[in-house]
Order: sequence, then C-alpha cells, then structure tokens
Amino acid sequence: MIAIVDYGAGNLTSVRLALEHLRMQACITSDPNAIRSAERVVFPGVGAIGSAMKNLSKLGLCETIRDVAAAGTPFLGICLGTQIILDRSEEDGSVAGLGIIPGAVRRFRPVFPADKVPQMGWNAIVPQKKHPVFDGIPDSTAFYFVHSYYPMPMCSDDVLAVTDYAGTTFGSVIGRDNVVATQFHPERSGEAGLKLLLNFCRWDGGNKPGVAR
Amino acid sequence: MLLKRIIPCLDIRDRRVTKGVRFQNNVVMGDPVELAAKYYSDGCDELVFYDITASAERRPIDINMVREVAKTVFIPFAVGGGIAGMNDMSEVLLAGAEKVSVNSLAVKNPAIIAEGARAFGSQCIVLGMDPIRVDDRKAFPSGYEVTVRGFRERTGLDALEWAKRAEQMGCGEIVVNSVDADGTRAGYEIGLTRMIAENVGIPVVASGGAGCPQHIAEAFTDGMADAAVIAGMIHTGEYTIRGIKEDLIAAGVPIRKTW
Repeated sequence: MIAIVDYGAGNLTSVRLALEHLRMQACITSDPNAIRSAERVVFPGVGAIGSAMKNLSKLGLCETIRDVAAAGTPFLGICLGTQIILDRSEEDGSVAGLGIIPGAVRRFRPVFPADKVPQMGWNAIVPQKKHPVFDGIPDSTAFYFVHSYYPMPMCSDDVLAVTDYAGTTFGSVIGRDNVVATQFHPERSGEAGLKLLLNFCRWDGGNKPGVAR
Repeated sequence: MLLKRIIPCLDIRDRRVTKGVRFQNNVVMGDPVELAAKYYSDGCDELVFYDITASAERRPIDINMVREVAKTVFIPFAVGGGIAGMNDMSEVLLAGAEKVSVNSLAVKNPAIIAEGARAFGSQCIVLGMDPIRVDDRKAFPSGYEVTVRGFRERTGLDALEWAKRAEQMGCGEIVVNSVDADGTRAGYEIGLTRMIAENVGIPVVASGGAGCPQHIAEAFTDGMADAAVIAGMIHTGEYTIRGIKEDLIAAGVPIRKTW
C-alpha cells in the first residue's frame, strides 16, 4: 500500500488517480500509523508553507514524516511536499521545514516581466545523476510545474535534476538515499510523469548513491 | 525555458462536444471523454471543458464527466460553464480538475475570484472572458466590452479593466476568448490578446479564431500569449495536435514534444 499523506494542503485526487491508473494500491491518509506501515509514502501538497507546517504539527505528522524518511521507506515528495522536506523557506516570512534534506526554499525574482511568477506550465528537467526514477525518461523531458518558490539543496549531491526558469537554475528533482522529491507535478505531466511515478513504485529505495554524469 | 501550451477546448452541450460559429449553429463533434483521451495521447498540454449550455440554462456542470476525464488524462484540465459558487468549484476540483474557469459567475459576483483563490490557490482560478469589439471608447477605453452567457448578454465592463481587476483579486490565469473571432478560423484577435498580456502579470491564453498553425504562432509572438486554445481545426480532423506542434517547432516556438 502506498500512503498519500493528507495534511490539508491541496487536492490529492489527481495523485490518487494517477497511482490507480498504474494499478497501484494507494490510500489518502493522515493517520500516522497508516503512514508508518505503508510500503511507500507520497508526500504531495500545494499552497502556502506556513499553514501547511501548522497543519502537519497539528496532525502530529512532523515526526512521522521524518521517521519514515529516516527508516528507508521509499519516499516521494511533490511540489510543496518537496519544499517542506528542506530546512527553511523564505515564504510567509521565514518558515522552518522538516530538515530531511539540508537546504533552503527561495522565491523566483525575475529580471524580465515576461518571466511570470508563479511559473505555471511545462518546463524541461536535466538530470544531474543517474537515478532509478529517471529510467526510460530522456534528458530534457518536460514536466508540469506550478510554483513561486524553488528548492535549493545545500549539497549539490542532493540535486538529481535541474530546471531553468526566470534566470535561475534550481533543483527540480532533489533527493538522497530513499528520498526523492520533485518540484513539478508528475501526476499532471502526461506519460513522462506516469513513467516517473511507475519508476518510483518499483524502486526499492535502496541506498544507491547517484552516479555523477 | 517555459514552453508554450496548446489547449484543445471542448465545448459540451448535452454531454457531447459541439462547435459553432460565434456560439451559433452548433455541430456535434463527439464524446468528450473519448476526444479528451485522443488529444491527450496526441500530445496536447492541457485541456479545457466548457459546459456551454449549463450557464445559460442555470444548471450545474456534469460532474460525472469531470470524474471520467480525470481518470483518463494525466495533464492539467480546466472546467467551466455553470459554476454557480464555491461548492461547485470545490466539487469540480475534488473530481480531479486542476483549474476551474469562471465567467458569468465572476461578473455577477467578483468576490468569488478572491474567495476561490484563498480556498484553493490562485493557480486553480481561471477567469474566462468573452470580449466583443465596441466603438464607444468613452465607455470602453480598451475598445472591448465583456459579454456573458455565451455572448447573449453585455455587461458594461471594459475588457482590460476587468482583466486587471481579476488579477488583483487573485485570479491565476485569463482566457481571452474573442467573440468576434470565435469559430471563424480566421486567426486570433491578436491585438486584444496582446493588450491584455501586456497589462497583467499572470498568464494569458489566446482563444477564438484559430484556423491553422500560423495563427497559433502569431498568438505566441505578436499576441504575447502563454498558451493558445484550439477547437474547430482539430475537432474536424483537419489538423492533429502533433502536426500543429511539428509546425510550431519548425517555426521556432518552444513547444513540448511527446514523440
């Protein structure tokens, strides 16, 4: 069973439907025990990080998420879920994240007005390392993004793929060990997104360090 | 680089996709879920569904169709037509739509844009507007007046003022559907699209009038649109999404390749 973590941060229907389309058993849950016992955990989310962190604490899920990430459970962050697993975000003043991967979340500051914030639409990702979730996905494949803030891991080793937007190159896929996290929405990214989700569902989360390309 | 989006528009009437000229003489084009699946596999970047009779008939949108689409396509799609309030928005989004498009409702009750943006996020709230060209520049400085209910009613709103106001209230994207160009397949109303795009900081989608790939390229370059809605040119089978995308890539437009 795949646990899709529900902490009141947005609509989880599309994530569930994409996993069901891949014939995976998935449940939307905010029950710490269900999350701890799941074979794999998907941690999505959209919206503002301040209220999301408050909800996570209220539901008693901060430790749960840290624990499953530390326990080796294959873990997939999506969008806001990806930002939350870093140390800190500039959004809402300054908000502490879960600190699962060292790094910060910054806001796009475009120089040209044509670069609108949020970034909304399809943009290419360029893998920086080999990783099982990229299997069968060509370099520079486009995925669907909706975000005003972007992840900046402290160690370049934790950046699995990068994307360019508004004069910035940011980590569009980050991760270490059993944790992988995408700033884009694989569940909205067509066949490429489904392929990435399927790769995640087949990944044992084993500690295979990325190989520099 | 952010890619330009190609968005097939499916106008739904009695659960069938139809296409008319300026909302008249509608011809049935097929089943919405089947057409959505076809355009998805052919590489469209997003889809939009308008229940074109729901708003005029003051009845809710077909939620079962939204659910079926959500199980079939794994790209963003927007749903509009007959959205009567927050409950309808919530229902459509929970059924799996990425965005909800408000048009008549927003004119009647502009606060719904802010409420929707607060509850679901700006990226979920699309303003659909149907401007018509007018001569009275005193009343309508932009030269366009917003219409509603499938162009049946005038609103007295200036198109550009309305777009700016919607942005201020938290709308995440504006679909500019030219009444004059709709269904003509003679090209988008580029001046209108560009005027809106130059004056708001949110994505602008050109709509109405696409007849060939060159029109779409113009919407992106001269029209400064972030995305383009197409309908008749693909519903009739005259063009395919992939064919259109190949032409646009050849013309140097940044486009998502799915082949």
